[in-house]
Amino acid sequence: MAELKGWKDLPIGGLIIEPGNAKVYKTGTWRVMRPIYQAENCIHCMQCWLYCPDQAIVVEIVDGKPKMRGYNYYYCKGCGLCANVCPKSIDPKTKQPAPEEKRAIIMKPETDFAEE
Amino acid sequence: MPLKQAITGAEAIAYAMKQINPDVVAAYPITPQTPVVEYFAKYVADGVVDTEMIPVESEHSAMSAVVGAAAAGARAFTATAAVGLALMHEVVYIAASLRLPIVMAVANRALSGPINIHCDHSDAMAERDSGWIQLWAENVQEAYDFTVMAYRIAEHPDVRLPVMVNFDGFIISHSVEVVETLDDEVVKKFVGKPIKMYSLLDTSKPVTYGPLDLYDYYFEHKRQQIEAMKHVPKVFKQVAEEFAKISGRKYDLVDEYMADDAEYIMIALGSTAGTIKHTINELRKEGKKVGLVKPWMFRPFPKEEYQRILNGRKAVVVLDRSVSFGAEAPLYETIKSALYEVAVRPQLGSYVYGLGGRDITPNHIRQAFEDAFKGYLIVDEEKYLGLRE
Repeated sequence: MAELKGWKDLPIGGLIIEPGNAKVYKTGTWRVMRPIYQAENCIHCMQCWLYCPDQAIVVEIVDGKPKMRGYNYYYCKGCGLCANVCPKSIDPKTKQPAPEEKRAIIMKPETDFAEE
Repeated sequence: MPLKQAITGAEAIAYAMKQINPDVVAAYPITPQTPVVEYFAKYVADGVVDTEMIPVESEHSAMSAVVGAAAAGARAFTATAAVGLALMHEVVYIAASLRLPIVMAVANRALSGPINIHCDHSDAMAERDSGWIQLWAENVQEAYDFTVMAYRIAEHPDVRLPVMVNFDGFIISHSVEVVETLDDEVVKKFVGKPIKMYSLLDTSKPVTYGPLDLYDYYFEHKRQQIEAMKHVPKVFKQVAEEFAKISGRKYDLVDEYMADDAEYIMIALGSTAGTIKHTINELRKEGKKVGLVKPWMFRPFPKEEYQRILNGRKAVVVLDRSVSFGAEAPLYETIKSALYEVAVRPQLGSYVYGLGGRDITPNHIRQAFEDAFKGYLIVDEEKYLGLRE
């Protein structure tokens, strides 16, 4: 979470005087479920990046191609859309949810990480 | 040269606004405020001001329009009364919270119901916690003077808060009095160019007004408003001093009349102070040591002034032209709480009078003073002047 400013350091009236500052507004504390990235299963299809409603998917361009590199938890609100659209979340044979160890994204309750 | 004119309070305020020549006026008619914007509309129609006048469909829209105008960087004005002010209520808070230096004249009138068009202070008292500066005029002259002074206070960088100029409905708004108005050029120079901050129309410095402000920052923004209010008395005194130089009329946070040696002090807002001054003159002839302390500014409430003035007096009688149902009347409650810590607390008495325009006469005022002389004041009991039992 970003450092919150005191009343002496804020513009008056709740005004926003720097355009485009949603970038610095960290909303990750809203999260109840946390997506965990399992790189070994990822096929870098970028569905998660496409569907993410925020800026939570970290992407690196390697040889002109996008690579999924995990999460920016400052922005991830834990909606789970990424895990839902991820093709690795479904077993291709049975069309049933894939076992956790085969998935690229698994959702864990935030309470599992409470000590961090 | 200052000019003596026989005009009503409504006309005097419109005349001051003509001299100020604001960028935007948005208003909706309501008795007894209507003549303010009627007179002003004539100035617009005659082309003597450059003002953009917006006839809106309600007071909620009037306040919304001046909020938008002020945020854009315009000098904006509106006027209203009673239920009109109540309809604005939501946006009245927003104007203060967005720190917009709007000026609004309020022709104080009783809130409904049953419906009543005459003077009392329930309309302005319902807005006393809204974050607006409240100035209270006793007569047409003060209504004019406060209107001239208002933008200087509102636009001050240490303040940036809207100002409400209260003038009693009908008693001041519609009564003709001789007032001294200043020259257009003198007012223009005194008021000066608007001090703009965070104008929406300044596209080189983009700014967002009114974004969602939740538990992480809302509290800090309220604290800033609290701080801005603390700066108001100092700024008011500075502006009043400058105003005295151009007008010869000296204003302060409180008006003291025969108060220096007075053992019995009466406190009241607005036009009733004139009747009290008259009664004090009579009582003084009878050898009674009586005086008046009239709040020129009710919000912010300059508590220290009252502590200094009222400490050690025999009795303080507070007259309220509004009630707080189930609690003490607003002005009384404020004075009583201010006196909690003074070294020698005076006897205190609370009198409610004049609701819905009920007349208040010198006899009523004498009656309240006489209660004080006899030691009949009861600190926790509200009494009523001019009420039939």
